[in-house]
Amino acid sequence: MSISRRNFLKAATVGAVAAVAAPGDAAARGNLAMPPQALGLLFDSTYCVGCKACVTACKQANAIPFATPVREAHRDTSIDIGAGALNVIKAYRHGDASVKDREINGFAFAKKSCMHCVDPSCVSVCPVSAMQKAPLTGIVSHHKENCIGCRYCVASCPYGVPRFEYDQAFPAISKCQLCRHLRDEGRIPACAESCPTGATLYGPVDLLKREAERRLAMTPGTLYKPERGQAGSGEFGRPRAASTYVQHIYGDKELGGTQVLHLSGVPFEKLGMPTLPDRSYASVSETIQHTIYAGMAAPALVLAGLVGIISRNKKKSEHGPEDRS
Amino acid sequence: MNHAPRPIGGGLITPFTLFLAVLAAIGGYFVLQRFIYGFNAAAAFNDGYTWGIWIAYDVVIGTAFGCGGYVMALLVYVFNKGKYHPLVRPALLASLLGYGLGAVSVVVDLGRYWNMWHMMWPGYAQPNSVMLEVGLCVATYVMVLFVEFSPAVLERFGLTNLKRKVEKWMVLFIALGILLPTMHQSSLGTMMVIFGHQIHPLWQTTLLPLLFLMSAITMGFCIVIFEASLASAGFRRPGEAHILGGLSGVIIALQLAWLATRFADLHLAGKMDLVLGSGWLSGFFLAEIALFALPVFLLLPKANRTSPRPLFLAAVAMLLGGSLYRIDVFLVAYFPATPGFSYFPSVPEILVTLGIVAFEFLAYIVLARTLPVLPGVEPAMMAAQPAE
Ligand code: SF4
Ligand code: SF4
Repeated sequence: MSISRRNFLKAATVGAVAAVAAPGDAAARGNLAMPPQALGLLFDSTYCVGCKACVTACKQANAIPFATPVREAHRDTSIDIGAGALNVIKAYRHGDASVKDREINGFAFAKKSCMHCVDPSCVSVCPVSAMQKAPLTGIVSHHKENCIGCRYCVASCPYGVPRFEYDQAFPAISKCQLCRHLRDEGRIPACAESCPTGATLYGPVDLLKREAERRLAMTPGTLYKPERGQAGSGEFGRPRAASTYVQHIYGDKELGGTQVLHLSGVPFEKLGMPTLPDRSYASVSETIQHTIYAGMAAPALVLAGLVGIISRNKKKSEHGPEDRS
Repeated sequence: MNHAPRPIGGGLITPFTLFLAVLAAIGGYFVLQRFIYGFNAAAAFNDGYTWGIWIAYDVVIGTAFGCGGYVMALLVYVFNKGKYHPLVRPALLASLLGYGLGAVSVVVDLGRYWNMWHMMWPGYAQPNSVMLEVGLCVATYVMVLFVEFSPAVLERFGLTNLKRKVEKWMVLFIALGILLPTMHQSSLGTMMVIFGHQIHPLWQTTLLPLLFLMSAITMGFCIVIFEASLASAGFRRPGEAHILGGLSGVIIALQLAWLATRFADLHLAGKMDLVLGSGWLSGFFLAEIALFALPVFLLLPKANRTSPRPLFLAAVAMLLGGSLYRIDVFLVAYFPATPGFSYFPSVPEILVTLGIVAFEFLAYIVLARTLPVLPGVEPAMMAAQPAE
């Protein structure tokens, strides 16, 4: 083996190993930051009465047919999100389920819909920009006219949100888009608009977070009138004694944060919300990709090196006994 | 001495090729169903396991099996081991078929295939996506493989002029044929990093790209041994153990390096207790490790390296190990974010995969019989196997 080739291979190997083995150096991409005018939801499980008005309103707003006749919409049988529902309310129950918002022998409600991640996996993985995050509002939208149906977003979303149609010849992805089409009409997301108690509150994320902090700081039992609809609208739901909260705003730090925040009286895992690290998965993945492929410089260099070595070897063997190309 | 590649001739229609054709036709029928009625007419995909064996086997394992052309080019042209030259062309053919059908499988697996061109369109293409890199890289590589293999076709039809022109540029294509698989075989591992907690910690690591690449390279060497053994048995040609045995050293080295990387990574991440403490998943992990270690034990004794059986067994063990590793990362150790889903491939889904494999074998047989692919053999050598 000649010296120059040995050096090249050594350099290439060291480069490759360094590139994949050492994320976390200067090239590391950190979590994306909260967009300047981020909009989102605050879902407070302790205020949710399980009426599922939001499930029906969501279907109406997004032109999704009801699973039951309209008059029985409150009995809607959608138990999971998908093409037939972009938002569902799920129940946790334990033992005799006698007390609301209690882990043991209690019950609680959970809302499942897109979390509008600050650093969304779905946007990072989508090869054709069919998942996009609005630079100002941070709303994560889906553009089905772009989508190739690879379902990388379905498989990689840490909350299992995007869904696909497996029984259609021309299928599409479905996912909550925070009713971005209603914003143009000056309306707020249907779930927040329809929620009678204020359990689902819409608004700028900083206001929502302040509201969440205020609620966590309350002494259990304090009479509190929660805001309804949109944060700062001055509309209120019925006053209720504050529950004992789990002292955590879900979505504040999870994978770099989400624009949909949750409060609960029972541990979040019980509501199907996983315990997650602070660093976003997208940033880990993109750090690897960017380290290897920054400006395609490394691949170009390797290619040039390969061309050099191969042409020299070929020339050498053309004079030798191994000629057979 | 004339080992120049030659068509091996012989009949194309035999009971075996007919059998393969029937399998391929059955697979084709279910592919048609999928396009007419949607995925679930043929496959068991759901929102928890939206990728099934059409991705995990047909694409991820299929292209790793297609790494023969890549590693032989690396060995012959970069490391200048000319004696392996006769193995390059058959390896390229197998790679072309493996990758070509891998690309076909991708199209079958794309739910909205009519938008596929968006991946190549600047306004749509999204460079942070690992999928984009894999997609473009694999597509380009299929074309590169086609060019690399084209001299065989041009030779057959006597287009010597064109062949000479192609060969003038061959260096560039050989170089691309080494660069591109290095890129996408590692990216197939990177693809799963973003799955985070959805992949069991015994498998989830930022070293996935390195582990995928290293094992793909070994699988490339092993598939060359596997194919050469099958070809000499199936076409009744003298075995090539005397050449193939030379690959033992590099296989042993790569396996040991892979195992060392795997365990060092687990150790540094403080996950060693998971090795035995992960219930039934530990079983899968240990099976993987055993299959990776087996070739080392089989090939360590020097005498085994030139004898066809241990060599073949070692190759099969590694091919199974590499496949199991990929199945584990993509399916077995994958726990969807929403619990409650389960997946096992449906019969039609498996028949599609079988159909693709059958088509690959069929095309290989037909092309090896009609094109100059396999090294020529002196009639005298058919009787007694020479030791070189
Ligand atoms: S919850 Fe899932 S679909 Fe919604 S923004 Fe986050 S990654 Fe995307
Ligand atoms: S399924 Fe569509 S939206 Fe999801 S990652 Fe693939 S192309 Fe993007």
